[in-house]
Amino acid sequence: MNKNILEVRNLVKHFEVSKSVFSRNKKIVKAVDGISFDIKAGETLGLVGQSGCGKTTTARSLCLLDPKTSGSVNFFNPDSKNMESIDNIDEDGIRIFRRNMQMIFQDPYESLNPRWTIKDIIKEPLDIHNIGSLSEREDAIVEILRTVGLTPPENYLSRYPHEISGGQRQRVSIARTLVMKPKFVVCDEPTSMLDVSIRISIMDLMLNLAKELEVSYLYITHDLAVARYMCNRIAVMFNGKIVEIGETEELLQNPVHPYTKRLISSIPIPDPTYKRERYKVNFDELDNIISKNPNEKMVDIGGGHLVATHDTKDFLIES
Amino acid sequence: MDNQNVERDIKATLKKNWKLFKQSRLGITGLTIVIFFGFLAILQPILFLTNIWDEATYHPVVGYDAEQVARTVVECPDQYPTREYQTKEDCPKVDEVNIRYLKAFNIQVEVGDIYESNVQPAPPSSRHLLGTDSLGRDIFSQIMEGSQVAFLLGLISAIIGVGISTLLGTAAAFYGGKLDTYLMRQSDLVLMLPTLPFLFIISAFAELKVWHLAIVLGTLGGLGGSVITIKSQALQVKVKPFVDSARITGGSKRRIMFSHILPNVAPLALLYMVFSVTGAIASESVLSFLGLLNIDMSWGIMIYLSQTEGFIFTGLKYWWLIVPAGLAVTLLAGGFYLVGRGLDDVFNPRLRRR
Amino acid sequence: MVESLLEVKNLSMHYDTLDGNVDAVKDISFTVKSGESFGLVGESGCGKTSVAMTLLQLQPDNSVITEGSIKLDGKELIGLSENELRKVRWDSVSIVFQGAMNAWNPVVKIGEQIREAMREHYPENSKQQNINKINELFKMVGLDESISERFPHELSGGMKQRAVIALALSCDPKLIIADEPTTALDVVIQDQILNEIKKVQDLLGLSLIYISHDIAVIAEMTDKIAVMYAGSIVEIGPTQEVFKSPKHSYTRALLDSTPSIRGEKKKLRSLDGEPPSLINKIDGCSFSPRCPTPTTQCKNQSIEMRLVKVGDDHFADQCCSGCVKNE
Repeated sequence: MNKNILEVRNLVKHFEVSKSVFSRNKKIVKAVDGISFDIKAGETLGLVGQSGCGKTTTARSLCLLDPKTSGSVNFFNPDSKNMESIDNIDEDGIRIFRRNMQMIFQDPYESLNPRWTIKDIIKEPLDIHNIGSLSEREDAIVEILRTVGLTPPENYLSRYPHEISGGQRQRVSIARTLVMKPKFVVCDEPTSMLDVSIRISIMDLMLNLAKELEVSYLYITHDLAVARYMCNRIAVMFNGKIVEIGETEELLQNPVHPYTKRLISSIPIPDPTYKRERYKVNFDELDNIISKNPNEKMVDIGGGHLVATHDTKDFLIES
Repeated sequence: MDNQNVERDIKATLKKNWKLFKQSRLGITGLTIVIFFGFLAILQPILFLTNIWDEATYHPVVGYDAEQVARTVVECPDQYPTREYQTKEDCPKVDEVNIRYLKAFNIQVEVGDIYESNVQPAPPSSRHLLGTDSLGRDIFSQIMEGSQVAFLLGLISAIIGVGISTLLGTAAAFYGGKLDTYLMRQSDLVLMLPTLPFLFIISAFAELKVWHLAIVLGTLGGLGGSVITIKSQALQVKVKPFVDSARITGGSKRRIMFSHILPNVAPLALLYMVFSVTGAIASESVLSFLGLLNIDMSWGIMIYLSQTEGFIFTGLKYWWLIVPAGLAVTLLAGGFYLVGRGLDDVFNPRLRRR
Repeated sequence: MVESLLEVKNLSMHYDTLDGNVDAVKDISFTVKSGESFGLVGESGCGKTSVAMTLLQLQPDNSVITEGSIKLDGKELIGLSENELRKVRWDSVSIVFQGAMNAWNPVVKIGEQIREAMREHYPENSKQQNINKINELFKMVGLDESISERFPHELSGGMKQRAVIALALSCDPKLIIADEPTTALDVVIQDQILNEIKKVQDLLGLSLIYISHDIAVIAEMTDKIAVMYAGSIVEIGPTQEVFKSPKHSYTRALLDSTPSIRGEKKKLRSLDGEPPSLINKIDGCSFSPRCPTPTTQCKNQSIEMRLVKVGDDHFADQCCSGCVKNE
């Protein structure tokens, strides 16, 4: 059994939005409203949901880009071999955390500084953390470029992002992310802006690297089909809450929560002979589970397949 | 090998940008004007060094050349209009001299004689392409000297101004909070400040030289509206994923500001620099015209002199005293503005036609 | 035999840019029968949007149509004046863009904006007639009547896109061109919009040209598809037939690289390389550099690109018509 590399408990992120320029009343938007999950070493967890459901906010909170409102995040410190909370560690701890956690962004055109060469872009993390001598850094850059399939590496070192294609840029992003050999990478829809024929090669690259470098991913996507290809487990998010979480195939074959069901039934199937059935929302199955476990927020229906109960029902009223 | 590559890349980028700039007819017109005046500015010292021009005759400030002009002696009538002269100002004509004026100096001549005398200001001739001023100094040389002053003032003040506004604008965007509020209120204040009256007051207390003026204009420009524009650009860069990426990795604030945000704000800053040259050149000529600057020679001073000596009210009779200097100010200020418009096409892809 | 509503023959178009000519559309021919759904699928930059724009003669100023004809209902569109074209657009064709939902005028009510289009085309209609028709259209696309009295910013993206479809239908077109109409939307809303389009199409017997990069959406929406690569159609045929037995390597690669949530989880196959730049003239098969099964003929680029018949109403590029062995 693999050890956990990240444990998130009751993560909450609220934004204050003032209603108008003149009003003093602040409205609170609950972007992430108490979510919990674990990520094991070498595992890929998919975070799936519609835009605005809070998946990107979760990612940004985990990466310390935006401070979280409440909740706890523990990570596995490879130096001390212990789980440590990111809230009560010192500067050094934060440094170790940052070295072991990276993020890949959606937009390959915006995620690389347009005025830097590929070499400088990949070298930056090494410079920041002062890893290795200058020549070791150069070697590491050439090595990682080869790993992500940009060969021969010498051809890419002194080029600028706008001189290479979208797929190649995303490879550079991955190279930059993995050059410090992090243990955990947050991927925010890294392939959604790429063309179909290139998308798979990037996803395969990420899967291979996960095995090779023993990286865990939190893979954020709106596309269940992509999540199925990439992830060991999938968490479905809605309105800032995780409504269902489970092993990929189990979740897709036996969804319980009405939202998951509806999401699955909305995915077009690349087979013209297949006729999709439209799903009509009903709460029978969920109500049945709630009546058996009236006091639990998340109910385990077997094999780590968790379903959220009461507080996710209200979505029917909205849509 | 590496350096060569970088060189190649820079060359390629420049080539591409030049190609875009070339598309803009306005920009090319502006550039031609700017290059023309730049050429004039450089030409003058070369002419002196190679002794094609002799300093005693052609120096813009201390040169002197008396031109002998033969004029007909006439007697101006007491009553106007007459057949020959419409108003009092028409007599004597440019090639005539009033006998009463000569008699006052005890010079014995008759009406109808030819009288040779030194004329200042002298009209354009092959010796003085744009004539001389009332002190016998070469106007063309003064125009050249004036373009040196304009370039010096414009560029220094633009560099200072843009340096200040880029730093402050980026800092405001990056740190936000109280610093941002303070800087924004400050630039509101500077924007509201009436620049010219403010400069009058300064010049009342201190003698302003060209580079003093450049610093003052640069600082005022740098603290004013351009801070707001640079800030808004920096805010756009600040939320780009590559900045987030550097933050996740643990990059220090200084690194993010100087390595990531500043280089991406630089093109806009350059654009502002070119536009602010226009303002600086115009302000200089206004201040000189009002006699508030301690400058030996500039286009503004040239117009100032022709005004204080009364030539400005004679219509176009002494046009070479006013028109070249006025045209030079207008053209060079406009030229820089047009170059800015051309650069706008290069840096703002949205404005491009394709 | 059903008459063909739209007939495109040997259409070629390029953009005149600073870097040279971009050959966006190369020698494309296809027909759309009335009532048929025609899918145009390809990656970004393959020229599918250029085709859509050219069909309506809405292409940008720097584009040059070098040859070909576009016949709508037997009427040649190329060479028509702007006035004549304006009558053809909307009257018989309307288009729904990817970002169309953001093209609403923010200060005019939705209903008023649709009425404006209707007034242009049916000046004899009374206001009440127009209102009735809008209500009818709204019902068709699943919107409440009250929406017509709302401003665009009061609506969600999905509602705005539905209203765009209602607008597109308001002048009774015979053909709707939908250019990635759901790309900016979430899956659930995409599903609803696709349903509305299909429903409306069946109800009114419209022809549809559906342009998308998403093979799965195309599979659900269309009867016939054309696969575009680097400005050319490489395979064209009935959707079921093409999906069942793709003949061109590129079609095969597209199908193999599309993940699905149904069926066995299979290893997807990726395609090496990148689409070619359209600026440089390509001799022979434009796909051969990336082709997993190139023949010596197409490697040498000695073979012209031309569609040949490979099945009933099913054509593929001759360079690669036999590339794919169906297991």
